Amino acid sequence: MKILLTATSPSIDSNVDPRYGRGAYFIVVDPDTMEWQAHPNPGIGASGGAGSLAAQFASNQQASSVVSGDFGPNAYNALQAAGIAMYLFGSSATVKEAIENFKAGLLESVGAPTGPGHHQH
Amino acid sequence: MNPSARQPVRATTSINGMIITVASGKGGTGKTMVAASLALSLAAAYPQQPPLYLDCDVEAPNAHLFLHPTLAEQQEVGLLIPAVDEAKCTHCGKCAEICQYHAIAVLGKKTLVFPQLCHGCGSCTALCPEGAITEVLDRMGIVERGSAAAGIAFARGVLDVGEPMAVPVIRQLKKWALPRPGQVVIRDAPPGTSCPVVETIRGSDYLLLVTEPTPFGLHDLRLAAQVAKELNIPTGVIVNRENGTYPEIDAFCEADHLPILLRIPFERAIAEGVARGKTLVDIHPEYGDRFRQMFLQIYETISHS
Repeated sequence: MKILLTATSPSIDSNVDPRYGRGAYFIVVDPDTMEWQAHPNPGIGASGGAGSLAAQFASNQQASSVVSGDFGPNAYNALQAAGIAMYLFGSSATVKEAIENFKAGLLESVGAPTGPGHHQH
Repeated sequence: MNPSARQPVRATTSINGMIITVASGKGGTGKTMVAASLALSLAAAYPQQPPLYLDCDVEAPNAHLFLHPTLAEQQEVGLLIPAVDEAKCTHCGKCAEICQYHAIAVLGKKTLVFPQLCHGCGSCTALCPEGAITEVLDRMGIVERGSAAAGIAFARGVLDVGEPMAVPVIRQLKKWALPRPGQVVIRDAPPGTSCPVVETIRGSDYLLLVTEPTPFGLHDLRLAAQVAKELNIPTGVIVNRENGTYPEIDAFCEADHLPILLRIPFERAIAEGVARGKTLVDIHPEYGDRFRQMFLQIYETISHS
């Protein structure tokens, strides 16, 4: 099992980035072994569709859960379709802390988009 | 405009077609009031050749409040977006890789289309190795046309509520509501300087920017003037609600070589009239001639450029 978290810098000690589609880095971690890898978000500079791109990334990484602070409608619908569970990091400050809280079952799961779309034309 | 139309303006009983776009940058400066007044002035001055009016502010079209058209014809507008046949799809991901707008995602054993992100380019359909994608029309709004007062031909686009992309509707409006040979076109642009405004301005012979004597008016005038420069379209300025208290507008126009073609005073009678759906030429008939003079000045500018 792998989970994906959004982070402000490429480290497990970094703060959680509150945005999913526009988060700076994606940290993919195996919560059992705590082995992790950081990836720059490929959609950070996308003019639109960052949410669907981020969902595609999580799916390609075979993440079963995603932890972040905000899931727009495109990200939500795509993750939902991919069968990837969504959680809010809540009061967790760092990525490491969010993983611990996830393992302890303390994170709130997301059942609907947490905000309106961010796309503009 | 075709080269043969570029003759010096002498015979003012006859005019040759050109496209004038009225835009502003800042919203609420009086674009539609100016555009409608210009259309009525031209229709009165040249009754044999009333203009074609295009309300391109498809997110909130309101020129009908001034011009009261009868809209006889209507057409649906949309984009051709992909529909995926899951039975044929092997989830290879080629469609998602090629899509610039991330409008299609392959998520494990599911391929998902995001209609609101799709720009209708057709790349995914062309590239799908399984032929699993077909294109279906995704409706975004309508275009309508008919006629208004004084023989003015009128057309507008109306974007459906909740649709984020205005450009395809504007593009279709321009394609669908074509002028007769020699007919002047007046395009009423949306506010701002983003894609819908650029699409409205694109292909115009002249751009009229309506501003107001405030810092906000100047700020957005500056942005709109940059768009005009980028698109290489001759531009003039109308200062609405002029009260003589903000010379910065004049200074900017002078420095940027933008002629100020008309000043409309800040006046209670005008405000009251506009609030009742009257145009400037209804409120003060002498503006009919001022708009005609302005038009001739524009005509001359274009003819000599």
